[in-house]
Amino acid sequence: MARHVIAPVDEFPPGTRKFLEIDGRPIAVFNIKGEYFGLSNRCPHQGAALCEGPLIGLAQSKDPGEIEYSRLGEIIRCPWHGWEFDVRTGQSYCDPRRFRVKAYPAHVEPGASVVKGPYVAETIPVRVESNYVVVEL
Amino acid sequence: MNIQFRETTESASPPTIKTAIADCDIHPARATRTELYPYLAKRWQHHLDVYGVHAYQGMMEGPPYPKAQPNASRRDAYPPEGGPQGSSLSFMQQQHLDPNNVQLGVLNPLGTGQGIRNHELSAALCSAINDWQIDKWTSKDKRLKASIVVGNEDAMTAAAEIRERAGDKNFVQVLLLSRNVEPLGQRRYWPIYQAAEEAGLPVGVHAFGFGGNPITPSGWPSYYIEEMVGHSQCQQSALASLVLEGVCERFPKLKMVMIEAGFGWAPSLCWRLDKVWQRLRSEVPHVRRPPSEYIREQVWWTTQPMEDPERREDLLDVIEWIGWDRLLFATDYPHWDYDEPSRVLPPGVSEANREAFYLGNARKLYGITA
Repeated sequence: MARHVIAPVDEFPPGTRKFLEIDGRPIAVFNIKGEYFGLSNRCPHQGAALCEGPLIGLAQSKDPGEIEYSRLGEIIRCPWHGWEFDVRTGQSYCDPRRFRVKAYPAHVEPGASVVKGPYVAETIPVRVESNYVVVEL
Repeated sequence: MNIQFRETTESASPPTIKTAIADCDIHPARATRTELYPYLAKRWQHHLDVYGVHAYQGMMEGPPYPKAQPNASRRDAYPPEGGPQGSSLSFMQQQHLDPNNVQLGVLNPLGTGQGIRNHELSAALCSAINDWQIDKWTSKDKRLKASIVVGNEDAMTAAAEIRERAGDKNFVQVLLLSRNVEPLGQRRYWPIYQAAEEAGLPVGVHAFGFGGNPITPSGWPSYYIEEMVGHSQCQQSALASLVLEGVCERFPKLKMVMIEAGFGWAPSLCWRLDKVWQRLRSEVPHVRRPPSEYIREQVWWTTQPMEDPERREDLLDVIEWIGWDRLLFATDYPHWDYDEPSRVLPPGVSEANREAFYLGNARKLYGITA
């Protein structure tokens, strides 16, 4: 699994997302309250750019009339047909066995670790003293 | 190794389809509230500013948006220059017509002048919409063709509008909606069918409308999801009315297109109609043949929103029954329940049927040569 440095942490604040193409694959990376998540940016249903949709919460109900709305900002809703997926896992709540979005681990690594070895970003000048967001693909 | 990545803003554009297609249900929108004013007499501009429009129903169903996505539209379909989804020709070309290889696009403007209680205003707005379709759309992109929007509740005025536009190659059909004050087969609407038949134009019956009746036969539902399935019930009632009131019998050359209500229900509706007709034929002696015969001869169906059965082959059974020559591919662009052209048919469809489904049937019905 190759690691891809996509941005310095201070250029990728909470509440923002980045759209990337890595090895020809469309990917979106989210910073949700300081945690980073990578998802395939293609809806498994009909291929829309999934991550251009809004981040919403999860509406669930144990009984008619009882609505729990939780996990605000952690569910991505497709801009076309409204299919919802968990940003953390790519899981669908409608049909989790048949439909899921490929999730790519994204996390922060210190510059010292990303400049060593083969993991050199081509387009981002890596300063060893900074931290970087890295996607594994 | 060095890492290759490219930062994009519009990644994951859907795979482009090489097959040329017709899109028989595109919804152009106005960029601003007053975009139609240049096509309206001063009297009606002032009227709209002072009184607005009054539909047959209050804010019960229909107008309250967003409906599942803003403006009931794809969230990625906002034109870069601003305005609502579907209001920019250049963005429609860039996002939809070019990448999807749309060779023929039929425009069905909604939220126009139909279903308005003031019939003079309704007629003026419909006529303005028709002028606007030519000016802003069909004259600027030859792939696009317009539907003649008519004030459906005043059939004489509607017929006059059809006659005025007849022969104008910018227009390929007459547009009605499925939800009217009365079921569509009733005689008050017959002048519309007569004018359409004379003009050689199909009548498109698009799901939706503001007739004042609830969307389900059992009343006003609580949820939008019920409205979504209500459209097919509504379209079934409209089609039954058109056949049983004698419209098909009286206007045998009239062609009708059922737009945006699916088609999976067509076989069972026909089977039920034929069964009860065999028993109750004497009530409607003007219906001289089994209802399904009229439907098979005079009705076409746009595909969107396509049913999505668990076993995808089941869809092919339904299409076999309806006939591969009867379906007109549609996406419903820019609306949120858009069907992506490359994803709608299961594999195993013959090349001839695919061509008919995606383009050939529409060209034939609407008289558009390649």
